Amino acid sequence: MENLKDNLDNGLKDSLPIATKELTLNMGPQHPATHGVLRLVLELDGETIVKCTPYIGYLHRGIEKLSEHRNYFQIIPLTDRLDYIASMSNNIGYCVAVEKLFGIEVTERSQFIRTIAAEMSRILSHLLWLGTHALDIGAMTVFLYCFREREKLLDLFERLCGARLTVSYTRVGGVKNDVTAEWLEDLYAFTGEFPMRVEQYETLIDQNRIWLRRTKGIGVISAEDAINWGLSGPTLRGSGVPYDVRKFMPYAAYDKVKWEVPTGKNGDVYDRYRVRMEEFRQSNLIIRQCIEKIPSGPIMADAPKFILPPKDKVLNDMEHLIHHFVLITKGPQTAPEGEIYVATEAPKGELGFYIVSDGTGKPYRMRIRTPSFVHISALPKFSEGSLVADIVASIGSIDIVLGECDR
Amino acid sequence: MNIGITAIKVVIVISVTMLHVAYVVYFERKVIGHMQARLGPMRVGPHGLLQPIADGIKLFFKEDIIPSGADKPIFYIAPVIGVIAVLASLAVIPLWEGFSIADLNIGVLYILALSSVGAYSVILAGWASNSKYSFLGGLRSSAQVISYEIALGLSLVGIMMLSGSANLSDIVRAQSDYPFVLIQPLAFFVFLVSMIAETNRAPFDLPEAESELVAGYFTEYSGMRFGLFFMAEYAAMFIMSAVATVCFLGGWNGPDFWVFSYVPKIAWFLIKVYALIFFYFWIRATLPRYRYDQLMGLGWKLFIPLALVNIGVTGLVKESSNPIVIKL
Amino acid sequence: MPGTYIPLNYLPVLIILIVATLVGLLPLLLGIILRPKRYYPLKLTPYESGNPPVGEPQSKFSVRFYIIAMLFVVFDVEAVFLYPWAVAYDRIGLYGFIEMIIFIFILLIGYIYVWEKKALEWE
Repeated sequence: MENLKDNLDNGLKDSLPIATKELTLNMGPQHPATHGVLRLVLELDGETIVKCTPYIGYLHRGIEKLSEHRNYFQIIPLTDRLDYIASMSNNIGYCVAVEKLFGIEVTERSQFIRTIAAEMSRILSHLLWLGTHALDIGAMTVFLYCFREREKLLDLFERLCGARLTVSYTRVGGVKNDVTAEWLEDLYAFTGEFPMRVEQYETLIDQNRIWLRRTKGIGVISAEDAINWGLSGPTLRGSGVPYDVRKFMPYAAYDKVKWEVPTGKNGDVYDRYRVRMEEFRQSNLIIRQCIEKIPSGPIMADAPKFILPPKDKVLNDMEHLIHHFVLITKGPQTAPEGEIYVATEAPKGELGFYIVSDGTGKPYRMRIRTPSFVHISALPKFSEGSLVADIVASIGSIDIVLGECDR
Repeated sequence: MNIGITAIKVVIVISVTMLHVAYVVYFERKVIGHMQARLGPMRVGPHGLLQPIADGIKLFFKEDIIPSGADKPIFYIAPVIGVIAVLASLAVIPLWEGFSIADLNIGVLYILALSSVGAYSVILAGWASNSKYSFLGGLRSSAQVISYEIALGLSLVGIMMLSGSANLSDIVRAQSDYPFVLIQPLAFFVFLVSMIAETNRAPFDLPEAESELVAGYFTEYSGMRFGLFFMAEYAAMFIMSAVATVCFLGGWNGPDFWVFSYVPKIAWFLIKVYALIFFYFWIRATLPRYRYDQLMGLGWKLFIPLALVNIGVTGLVKESSNPIVIKL
Repeated sequence: MPGTYIPLNYLPVLIILIVATLVGLLPLLLGIILRPKRYYPLKLTPYESGNPPVGEPQSKFSVRFYIIAMLFVVFDVEAVFLYPWAVAYDRIGLYGFIEMIIFIFILLIGYIYVWEKKALEWE
């Protein structure tokens, strides 16, 4: 009898406060809204996220380790695969770092071409971001409009270097192909109509009350937090911090053109969206100025110990032939020893290459500081406590690419 | 009442509706395609006209996967319930003067009751799949459908007050002079939004919000079972548009002068229905998706009060135009 | 049986229900002959973004949905009361109107209470 009563009491104790269990939900890697292969383990109370744990590594290819077994030129195609949406920016980031290590001065024309290409790649990346971000929030049409413009830019890329996605366009010391006057004209024509297109996207979503309710006040990151978590790029600028590598440590031709760094105020999804929309216009402006100002001249720097000599010299000149042979077979043998960290402003944020050189033709160690990795690590901090629908908007607003995060 | 003739009528109406459903899908893909600077289906037949048929045939040949741990009988039956609920609604829709399969005097109630039954198919599918995404989608959907059903039902009360009947044919006859949308604009607005929410279409397509819940309640469904859900969704759009046409846009009534008087009545009805279906697609191509709490808030805090206000105003106006007779 | 009420009006409804059931079931039955059946355990696991499912999906869940269901019952009953009233509105006149105003008013008090209690909020 006693026993029964005890059992009853225990039973009651277990059942009385009817506890709702938290639901553990795997979001990703095979999920339409996780932009690749991000996996989030969400603990849900109803539709509210109690805990959010990102898991990465589904796209790990060991690019950093692979780099240790390739000479400096052979790494360029690997960098294409980091942020595959903006491969041009990665190429440039890597080449700028290696050039600084080698002490090579890139020619003026090449600097301008790089700036144009980097800004094109920024527009491309932001177009894809806008399309997928809008699609995540349910505005389907924006996605296809963005791809219409992307197509035009990718066609220009194809004419420039023969590839559309994994371009491998830059070389240590310059770029692969020179731009033609016709190509520049076509690009100029594109930049003429592009601001109108940006306005089109804005008319579709910017004045839309559903869009505003889905983005304003969601995923708020304060300026202080954003700096502490190491955010960069538009995600940081959305919180009102006007930090842009292009302004603070100018590379390529960014100091020769006039442009502004757009910033937000509240650090919510909407502000990050506004910042990127403004960057469309600024990038457009930069491209136009570069096309107007581009000087003539060679596209490769003159540094025969590091850079492949032109073909006609190789065929006529013994010294150049030797350089060519050594560079092709062993890589640049006279690389200075030391370590270097050079950051560039990729579309997603600060892309840094940290290279340790031991004087051989291959980097001793290469580490890549990718913005997506940092941004994903901050994701749980500002998405816990929000709703499932909001995390989709948050993921979209920090603009991550898993190829870059997992490397 | 001849059972044979009724049965033939039923079969004809249902098969014509199914054909409509197939081509409404095609219509949607074309309309949205052109709105999004692309062409839509182009490969199967001229301008992709045979696409729906190809899709249908393909679905027959798809494997029917039932996840382990699923509640099998319920899993089997859920899509069938959806299809039955939607197709049975066709019974009371008057296509032209004197033609409806069952001329019920509670037509409005019948439609609303069957749309409630449709919610069962969704929640059962979500529950039986034994998958979290389905489960969340099913819960969301049932909460959404029941919330908007109230607004939907209340918005029709004004119509019933004006026509003095819940028979859909009578409602259309009461609109022979002018459609009710002119004197019930508020109710029409509430109905229009609620019908989109009721059929789980964008921007209220949260139960199947692909960016969050993948495919919502039918995540686990494949092959023909998925096809049935798909069919039910598009047929529901057709039915809801038909109800809106009947209740607010004057049903089969059309302008009766010049060449318009030669246009058959059924054509007026279909033109109005397709205009509303086009409106569905237009909305889908234009608007982002609501968040769940916003959607529920909108339904409970805006549309239900609006519908109640509409009833009050309608009653007041109607009462003031009548001679005041107090009968105790 | 003489005198038994047979709702003949509803006979077509019965017929359409039968036909609709056939429309729902026939494609599935026809599909049995046509479709392939190659199952293996991995194919039959429920979808969870490519991971083995963790935990029980059909567990006790947030109370929110429950409240909505209760509210629905209340308001749907209100709507059901309104229909006959609306149909007979011409015949019952001002008296009926005032009565319904009182009825809606009582419900409105409950509605405001629910709103104030934040049962309609989801945060």
